[in-house]
Amino acid sequence: MSDGLARFVRSPRARIGAALLGAVVLLCGLGPPLLGLDGASTAPEQRLEAPSASHPFGTDALGRDLLARVLLGGRTSLLVGFAATLVSVGIGVLYGAVAGYRGGRLDEAMMRLVDFLYAIPYMFLVILVMLLFRDTARGQPLPVFLALGLVQWLTLARIVRGEALRLRGREFVQALRVLGASDARILLRHVLPNAFGPIAVYGALTVPHVILLESFLSFLGLGIELSWGQLVAEGVAVVNPIASPWWLLVAPAGFLAATLVALQLVGDALRDALDTRLAP
Amino acid sequence: MSARGPTLRRIGGRVLGGALLALLVFVLARPLGAGAPAAALAAGGVGLAGAALLPLHALRRLAFLVPSLALLVFLTCFLMYLAPGSPFASERVAAPQVEEALRAQYGVPRSGLAFFQVYVSRLVVDGSLGPSLKVQGRSVAALLLPALPVSLALGGLALAIALTLGIGVGVRAGLRPGSFADRASLVLSLVGIALPSFVVGAALVIVFALWLGWLPVAGFRGAAHLVLPALTLALPPAATIARLARSGTIETLAQDFVRTARAKGLPERVVVWRHALRGALLPVVSYLGPAAAGILTGSFVVETLFGVPGMGQWFVKGAVNRDYSVVLGTTLLYASLVTVLNLLVDAAYAWLDPRLREER
Repeated sequence: MSDGLARFVRSPRARIGAALLGAVVLLCGLGPPLLGLDGASTAPEQRLEAPSASHPFGTDALGRDLLARVLLGGRTSLLVGFAATLVSVGIGVLYGAVAGYRGGRLDEAMMRLVDFLYAIPYMFLVILVMLLFRDTARGQPLPVFLALGLVQWLTLARIVRGEALRLRGREFVQALRVLGASDARILLRHVLPNAFGPIAVYGALTVPHVILLESFLSFLGLGIELSWGQLVAEGVAVVNPIASPWWLLVAPAGFLAATLVALQLVGDALRDALDTRLAP
Repeated sequence: MSARGPTLRRIGGRVLGGALLALLVFVLARPLGAGAPAAALAAGGVGLAGAALLPLHALRRLAFLVPSLALLVFLTCFLMYLAPGSPFASERVAAPQVEEALRAQYGVPRSGLAFFQVYVSRLVVDGSLGPSLKVQGRSVAALLLPALPVSLALGGLALAIALTLGIGVGVRAGLRPGSFADRASLVLSLVGIALPSFVVGAALVIVFALWLGWLPVAGFRGAAHLVLPALTLALPPAATIARLARSGTIETLAQDFVRTARAKGLPERVVVWRHALRGALLPVVSYLGPAAAGILTGSFVVETLFGVPGMGQWFVKGAVNRDYSVVLGTTLLYASLVTVLNLLVDAAYAWLDPRLREER
């Protein structure tokens, strides 16, 4: 495992990806307070201004500074990516570990449920879950974490279940049982660490996927108040070749794409380094 | 006993599977325009043929679709009733009697469980997906029937483009790893995976429809209107397919049987086309299921972006407007489609890789 991590740290893809990601995270995290940016106040006399010294990314239809909005939107997009991934990894690991470790009928029933959920186009569930919060938390990040996290755990549950099933029969687990270790302890301390590689790789590749899905939701008008996806959707809506405010699309789409490429590079490097056989 | 028990169970499984399959065909055929006798005939035929001819595991999975769809309808009803708002809420406050009358007329009781009962019994007994709650005077079947072929054509075209493009680029790159073509394909696939499809779609519209004027911008009046949406929809899966085909090619070319084929003097062309390609494409085939699901997901967005009158649009509209029966109708059709597609993918997989063939 430490070999794998060393390979990961040395790989150029990991370095490029991590550097790019680090830059984006720093900009979004520290940029708004350090530069004193304000993405909320409108200025009707500055509507749709092209990029200039005072507004490096231009202004939107209400005269709001686009740089501020891109950086603040980046916070939500990154937050959604990592939080929804955490939700899905949490559910998937727990579910798969219990199913594989217990085995038998319970495993059978739990895996049938996973099969069933696989057969549903998950976007249906996401949209339905988003509707639940339409009145109470519209435009808030929380429903998006939940909705996206709730549909992304299936593959991970299968992977972890396979690992748990494999490790369950091994001598060291039986020895632990004889020594009187509790099931929870065996699972957390001994089974799951052995499944670290696939969990890490799958989790890393889930982050860009979730960010992309959030942008789909925003495009359909079901996403978060201020995120890259929503900014890009606004940009797409106004772009045409006659008198188009192109900057509304270019900056958010550029940031979104750069972040997704960076995350994908890191995930790919991790997969190659840990040499686990996973579909991309 | 030990010899007869499994046989009896196997026959019982086939009978049950065939019956469930027949029920499935019957329930799905009628809303799509078949009359009751025709649907019964088709159901009987498919059920019998399935029970007699299909491998047991395939039959089992098709039959599993019936309880799955029932569970899916139940879950969807539950979620829709949990969500705030109702199909009959409007700005003008109607008298409670009016709402009750509307609910009775459209078959939308106040509880989700009662609605589930109404919906399922209407589907099984009358073979109807019910009236649309928002588009006045139209049934769900009348709305979805014209949309289904559009969505199928769009999805099928996108899948074909994704396969051609992805396999072509991926195999070419895999034949010469490290070459310029290989590096270019890696960068392109990274971009294809990372850019949201609506950005790609907007860019395609600007270039091909507005600047060059080769293709129509949006709407749907013929095959030319499908090109840009299909291309947009195809790019993300094409990128993944290219990666899979590339690594599959590299791995297969390193294997012993390829060395043997080369050692016995076969020309490189034959080695690649006859021997290596099959192994190289296995990961691509196993990705087809997720790819189809991804194309479905993307179709919500792409149909909205290009104004294509397909099923994805109806689902989004239905969900936002609380048009319960439209949501359930699209969900049912999509879920059956995905399951059948996955089954076909598994069959193709077994055909390509003899090691995976299961016993009949």
